[in-house]
Amino acid sequence: MLKFPIFMDSQSTTPVDPRVVEAMIPYFTEKFGHPASRNHSFGWDAENAVDRAREQIAKIIGARDPKELVFTSGGTESINLAIKGISEMYREKGNHIVTTAIEQRASLDVCKRLERQGCVVTYVPVRPDGLVELDAIREAITDKTILISVMYANNEIGTIQDMAAIGKLAKEKGIIFHADATQAVGKIPVNVEAAGIDLLSCTAHLIYGPKGVGALYVRRKAPRVRLAPLIDGGGHERGMRSGTLPVPLIVGFGRAAEICGEVMADEGARLGKLRDHLQDMILSNVAEAYLNGHPDRRLPHNLNISFAYVEGESVLMGLNKESALSSGSACTSSTLEPSYVIGALGASAELAHSSIRFSLHRFTTDEEVEHVGARTIDVVKRLREMSPLYELAKEGVDLKSIRWKAD
Amino acid sequence: MAYSDKVVDHYNNPRNVGSFSKDTPGVGTGLVGAPECGDVMKLQIKVNLDTGVIEDAKFKTFGCGSAIASSSLATEWLKGKTVDEAAKIKNTDIVNELKLPPVKIHCSVLAEDAIKAALADYRDKHASTGAPVASQ
Repeated sequence: MLKFPIFMDSQSTTPVDPRVVEAMIPYFTEKFGHPASRNHSFGWDAENAVDRAREQIAKIIGARDPKELVFTSGGTESINLAIKGISEMYREKGNHIVTTAIEQRASLDVCKRLERQGCVVTYVPVRPDGLVELDAIREAITDKTILISVMYANNEIGTIQDMAAIGKLAKEKGIIFHADATQAVGKIPVNVEAAGIDLLSCTAHLIYGPKGVGALYVRRKAPRVRLAPLIDGGGHERGMRSGTLPVPLIVGFGRAAEICGEVMADEGARLGKLRDHLQDMILSNVAEAYLNGHPDRRLPHNLNISFAYVEGESVLMGLNKESALSSGSACTSSTLEPSYVIGALGASAELAHSSIRFSLHRFTTDEEVEHVGARTIDVVKRLREMSPLYELAKEGVDLKSIRWKAD
Repeated sequence: MAYSDKVVDHYNNPRNVGSFSKDTPGVGTGLVGAPECGDVMKLQIKVNLDTGVIEDAKFKTFGCGSAIASSSLATEWLKGKTVDEAAKIKNTDIVNELKLPPVKIHCSVLAEDAIKAALADYRDKHASTGAPVASQ
């Protein structure tokens, strides 16, 4: 039995796993202590719970020491702390940051702010499949480069970068390497040691944990990475992030990470199969539908397709009574700009406006995929019948030959 | 941001989707917007050459739901109006009728542009024939 609406937007957030909620509940009312209270059992219980969560999260990212994790309010704060923290701490060494053109907003906005403050940032372009070329990163490096910051897996197209190769390069050059792994952790195997990652941002709400908590992995050995904090106060989290730890959220984050570690292989395989089915279904029924991103090096739960001649928001509007998806269309963004990620792949702006992201999750069923696939095909076909671009294309008019009047 | 009931209604049941042959006497065609901006509207009117009354109107739109609704509404309003009256339709009328939020006002502007473009095309084609055309 299908239950509506169907949620297929798990790269924006995920529902909290009931097992995670269960683990969190005692820490609201019974074990509500402050983990920095050193003199009574309430404090000890809270501290133990936080330590356990630290171990659980360390385990799924392959960190040697749980103390290398700094809890934050989420991915955005982790990214801010990583990039701004390095920029300030290593100011005397250099002022240059290398990143990519398809980072998430948080990374790009932090870099833009730092540019206004005198940093130099190189936004390395990506290939049409979303992969960044190692040589392009190598060429961008200067003797002033203090940080390479690359997203592990992309939030829109799911493309997974070759982090180990970038990590190796960073190590050779003695540059700190930050991975924005908010979309990757808990979904695919991540190992900071194997990939040579010095800083790693992650968040709970994308791995079936609660909103409002994230972590930054900060390498302690070879090299020992130091950061200037964003928030000063009681010196919590080794001085890198002051503030009372939100124990229930952290407990939930830990449990969510633990469950991901247990189910990752099976879940990834199941979702990958469902995703492939959805992709085949759509691409075999709709002409001029294009897969965005890398066909193989991709998160198993991600599918991003551009439908020529129809605009993304209008597609979502046809689906949103029954299902929740997202689009790179300008009309779904607050900036009225189409997806810069799809744009960075070299696609036309029209195709960026036409992109739809399907992101499956732990609770996605076969029937849901069938339903969303069939409805998407219907809606795209209906909208094409009312699209002047489709009509022109069918008449054999080259859309590029028309002198459009942009407003 | 939720859509107004009227936008949803026009999206689900668009009025007057379709095309006239551009060369049919009395037809004026407006094609406005640009694919890279995410909005293209084609709006056509079919004018009675004796009376100057718009007897039929059709549209096709590439764009968001509000763009589709704006152009659908425009075709509804155009039917039965003289070319002079049609020239007076303002984007703000569309905004008010569809309760468009600020970020969607450009959709109504594009619909007004499409009306003007269709009227201009009609005028260009028919001014020399003695058919009624809108006063400038």
